[in-house]
Amino acid sequence: MNAVPLSSMTQVLPEIVLAIGGMALLMFGAYRDRVDNAVCVLSVLLLAAAGVTVTIIPNGNVFGTSFILDDYARFLKILAYLGSAFAIVMSLNYQTLEKQRTFEYPILILLSTVGMGMLISAGDLIALYLGLELMSLALYVVAASNRDSLQSTEAGLKYFVLGALSSGMLLYGCSLIYGFTGNVSFNGIAKASSQGGLGLIFGLVFLFAGFCFKVSAVPFHMWTPDVYEGAPTPVTAFFAAAPKIAAMAIFARATISAFPGITHQWQQIVVFVSIASMALGAFAAIGQTNIKRLMAYSSIGHMGFALVGLAAGTPEGVQGVLVYMSIYLAMTVGTFAVILSMRRSEGMVEKISDLSGLSRSNPGLAFFLALLLFSLAGIPPLAGFFAKYYVFLGAMKAGLYGLAVIGVLASVVGAYYYLLIVKIMYFDEPAKDFNPVPGELKAVLGVAGLFNLLYFVYPAPLIGAAGIAAKSLF
Amino acid sequence: MYLAIVLLPLLGAILGAVIALAGARARFPGAEPSDDHHAPHADHGAHAAQAHADGGQDDHHGPVEPAAAGSRATEIITTSLLMIACVLAWIAFWKVGFGHQDERVRLFTWMISADLKVDWALRIDTLTAVMLVVVTTVSALVHLYSIGYMAEDPYRPRFFAYLSLFTFAMLALVTADNLAQMFFGWEGVGLASYLLIGFWYHKPEANAAAIKAFVVNRVGDFGFALGIFGVFMMTSSIDFDTIFAAAPSLTGKTIDFFGWRADALTLICLLLFMGAMGKSAQFLLHTWLPDAMEGPTPVSALIHAATMVTAGVFMVARLSPLFELAPNAAAFVTLIGATTAFFAATVGLVQNDIKRIVAYSTCSQLGYMFVAMGVGAYSVGMFHLFTHAFFKALLFLGSGSVIMAMHHEQDIRNMGGLRKKIPFTYWCMVIGTLALTGFPLTAGYFSKDAIIEAAYSGRNPFAIYAFVMTVIAAFMTAFYSWRLIYKTFHGAPHDQRHYDAAHESPLVILIPLGVLAVGSLGAGFAFKEFFAGHEVEHFFRESLKQGHIIDEMHHVPFIVAWLPTVMLALGWGLAAYMYLLHPEIAPRLARQHDALYRFLLNKWYVDELYNLIFVRPALWFGRVFWKGGDGYIIDGFGPDGVSARVLDITRNIVRLQTGYLYHYAFAMLIGAAALITWFMFSGAGVH
Amino acid sequence: MILPALFFYLFAGVCVASAFMVIAAKNPVHSVLYLILAFVNASGLFVLMGAEFLAMILIVVYVGAVAVLFLFVVMMLDVDFAELRQGVLQYLPVGVLVGVVFLAELLLVAGAWVIAPGMPQAISAPTPSTMTNTEALGRVLYTQYVYYFQAAGLVLLVAMIGAIVLTLRHNPKAKRQNISDQVARTKETAMEVVQVKSGQGI
Repeated sequence: MNAVPLSSMTQVLPEIVLAIGGMALLMFGAYRDRVDNAVCVLSVLLLAAAGVTVTIIPNGNVFGTSFILDDYARFLKILAYLGSAFAIVMSLNYQTLEKQRTFEYPILILLSTVGMGMLISAGDLIALYLGLELMSLALYVVAASNRDSLQSTEAGLKYFVLGALSSGMLLYGCSLIYGFTGNVSFNGIAKASSQGGLGLIFGLVFLFAGFCFKVSAVPFHMWTPDVYEGAPTPVTAFFAAAPKIAAMAIFARATISAFPGITHQWQQIVVFVSIASMALGAFAAIGQTNIKRLMAYSSIGHMGFALVGLAAGTPEGVQGVLVYMSIYLAMTVGTFAVILSMRRSEGMVEKISDLSGLSRSNPGLAFFLALLLFSLAGIPPLAGFFAKYYVFLGAMKAGLYGLAVIGVLASVVGAYYYLLIVKIMYFDEPAKDFNPVPGELKAVLGVAGLFNLLYFVYPAPLIGAAGIAAKSLF
Repeated sequence: MYLAIVLLPLLGAILGAVIALAGARARFPGAEPSDDHHAPHADHGAHAAQAHADGGQDDHHGPVEPAAAGSRATEIITTSLLMIACVLAWIAFWKVGFGHQDERVRLFTWMISADLKVDWALRIDTLTAVMLVVVTTVSALVHLYSIGYMAEDPYRPRFFAYLSLFTFAMLALVTADNLAQMFFGWEGVGLASYLLIGFWYHKPEANAAAIKAFVVNRVGDFGFALGIFGVFMMTSSIDFDTIFAAAPSLTGKTIDFFGWRADALTLICLLLFMGAMGKSAQFLLHTWLPDAMEGPTPVSALIHAATMVTAGVFMVARLSPLFELAPNAAAFVTLIGATTAFFAATVGLVQNDIKRIVAYSTCSQLGYMFVAMGVGAYSVGMFHLFTHAFFKALLFLGSGSVIMAMHHEQDIRNMGGLRKKIPFTYWCMVIGTLALTGFPLTAGYFSKDAIIEAAYSGRNPFAIYAFVMTVIAAFMTAFYSWRLIYKTFHGAPHDQRHYDAAHESPLVILIPLGVLAVGSLGAGFAFKEFFAGHEVEHFFRESLKQGHIIDEMHHVPFIVAWLPTVMLALGWGLAAYMYLLHPEIAPRLARQHDALYRFLLNKWYVDELYNLIFVRPALWFGRVFWKGGDGYIIDGFGPDGVSARVLDITRNIVRLQTGYLYHYAFAMLIGAAALITWFMFSGAGVH
Repeated sequence: MILPALFFYLFAGVCVASAFMVIAAKNPVHSVLYLILAFVNASGLFVLMGAEFLAMILIVVYVGAVAVLFLFVVMMLDVDFAELRQGVLQYLPVGVLVGVVFLAELLLVAGAWVIAPGMPQAISAPTPSTMTNTEALGRVLYTQYVYYFQAAGLVLLVAMIGAIVLTLRHNPKAKRQNISDQVARTKETAMEVVQVKSGQGI
């Protein structure tokens, strides 16, 4: 029992690959006199290797139940790796042009991804906390990575302080739960929690506070707009994708596997948080002029929609969450590829009005952005529609009709600001042209755009995989 | 044959419409017709201003624009088709009226909906035959006349298409075998009337008049439709035969009408009569008829004198089995008819527009007809309808001829002495006037005197009132009719320039005048026995209800029988005295009785009253509902309100995002506290 | 039994009181000192529970390193706390309200404290009685809890990288001593003999 044989650690292989690879790259970067894209490229390769590894290794638990590799974890890890890889790719050109090239940036993302992997696979509260901290700490650093920019440092500091507060709340919740159940492992908690109890509920609330902070759900969302706006744009692109996936993964896993006995209670919290997020995301985004801030509110709203599926608490609901997160990843990555293309000779611009008349100055970019915005708004037959469809379907099957109706209403309000951008691009007088779009952004945009456009042609693989993944949780 | 009578005008209308459309397309490929050449002559505008607000209309339209292609073809097609229909109608009249061959031609089933089964059938009896003759004859003559009258108008294909369309609709009305069919014709003539009044759509007054006619008729049609619904409710049928068969059993039944238990037949008849009031321009719903004179004069003759306005009379006659069973409704008909006869005559006394005088005269004569209907002398009413069609059409067409001669001048104060210039027209007008005023042995003499006698012998509460009113109206009719003749044709010319240019109209105009003049002279004498004499029962048979009144009216005192003629003499004499011998008396009289003069000149201020009672409140309501209802409530709380609230919410939420770290931290703590408190008090955690 | 209880209340009371003073003290230096006091008392509590390793680590790490670092930072930054606290009164009512709500609810929870039935058995690694707890910790740290330990190590690695990334500045103009370069110098590279004619400069 005491010693864990190395041979039984196959399931941790992706994390080991990433961690050791990251440390090796750290040495490589530190002792290299030139600064170029090598570290970035190698990081992407490492992520690819980890992705391949995670698909081929068998399911199993390691370190007792601290580390679980099941279909659920596998699905989400691939998503997270994709998100991280896209974030690194999209940063290539930016870092060169903004003269912020630091080889640590991709390494921090790698280590953060290790944290995500641990988080996704966490089977007890301690592993959960460590994974969360590993992921977050790297995020705090990259948020402030443009240390010459006041905005960036402010963003990093805010994120850090609030993140520390949320970690504190999460830890407090963990300790309450441990105190009431005598267990840190989800299975143990599940066994002990069937009697419920006020103390357990309190712990649950604080635990959820920590999760909600990470997925930026209302009322723990306040950091999101400021950090999204302040952080360098590739970092924002990273924030919007991979960490959200990991946080949502552990949110769902912890909720479903540790608290099946008090489903009714946590459902109330999730429903409330979901409604509040959808509503705030929809309403607050309307007033924004900065497209990064707008995307922050947009992501708050989208997390609300994803939580609709979780609120159902059924395999269908979780399947909806997984599908939602996958499509959300594609939409977000594509949109940020466009935002990163908003560059004039004098530098990056991020006002929505800078997009005006884009359809005439750069029709291709305008088309893809319009496509992604329609998808974000949830207009059929684009992927975003199906994402919402599955979570609402899950909620309806679980009898949460009110939640589904509110969700639909919120998506109507939300459609307003997405479509407003389309209107600005297609009907307003053209602003100054943007610089030519770099190749890697074109590639990312093309992949994301085509995924959104053509998803409906062959949705079965994603739906099927999400279904299998969701079932492994129950 | 009957089908041909009805469908030939429709064929004409369709052909005319095709030609008009093709012509319009050829002329304005993608552009709107310009209206600069339709501006009225300045000098006429001045006349109009000095006359009165509504008077002195100018329907001059110079031949600046070339006539539409196919004008001549349209004229020939529609007119000849109407001629054929007319000949067929006379044959039908002969067969039905004298050969006693009533017929019911069932064409097809129109609609079936639960209990409602509507066939499309032609009901040919004497009543219909009379109307067929009137309609086709006048229409054919008006078509012919229009060839001359409208010669300068560039849009003749459209005009003739409209005329034929109207004729078709009118024929559909009179051949109706059920109320739905009748309603179809009823609305069809309304539509055609609207189109023709507004034929010169470049003139704002014409448009306004067209809309007014349409809207006022809607009021009546509303009643008519309710009446039809009422009939269907009580009898489960709208087929005439069924209704008439069921009518006697309805007496004493009641309908719940807004909590008021109304006598079924009375209510139905009143509602149906409301439709008749609108269509026949009876008092309270008469206001559209004088304004309708904005239309071309042939239209006035055809629609607003001879045919369409008599549709109401025809309807009451057709439904006489119902009205016979509803004495209260019949009394109301009498009251309205008599009042109209009197009212329109008084207004006619002081009008100066030649067409308006004739229009008020029409109104007044329609009142006579309703008096006859009201007292139960249906055949007498039809008789007057029949003769009136001739002499009123004659008067209108004659007026048209005068107007043409005077180069589109309509104000009789600017005429005078035209007798020598246009003698044929003069004599035709005189014949028309003689017939209208009831000069012995002319058409009007027989029919109008019969109505007055019928009113005297009538038994309903308003019969005596009707008698008095019609006698006074007869006096006034004589006065204003001869005033018209004297001011127009006698005395010194008032407008020398127009007088010099005046000329007799072409033959296409004079022929219809001649035919109608013959009719005006002879129609009364020839048909007296069939409409108001001993032959009535054989002539009309089942198509009309006949009471004892026909017999009774032949036994009225001598004085009553001759009273109308005396009135004619008095009125004629007074007119001759005032306008022929001492022309200076009239203006002095007008000055002395200024208030009365104005009261009459402004048509009893009915239009103003309506404006005050209906139009202004309606506009006010419209404004309230528009600004308050739609703008404030629906838009305000609907689309605009929702979007504004969304923006408000957005503003407030965005304000929450202060940027201060401790605010954010605080929000998180409050959120956690709120969730915990929720569970504390909902007791969710305690099992 | 009386004595440990007495000390427990002593340590606990002082700990809570000094924790309160951390936030109540006007002078930030006093705050840090109160923090150190709280740490010391907490380690006393650990000792009472028989966790002497944790007690010592708390003293060494938190008092010896963290708190002292805080002290330096506070002194060097010269933060005007009076200024920072200006808005406190404004938010005090809401803050107090939220605090009171939390407190009341926690008391309610404590009142309804129910230990799960299998709790004592469920504790996965009970303190063995045959060895010191330092040894016991050492036995599980690299075996049973190697995963947590390594993960914590990664967290610290990230923290280190972050500190470097955010603070290290390469100033190209700064002159630095490069010892290996200095050591690797030879006579040939370091010296050049120049023949100078007398009466002339170079």
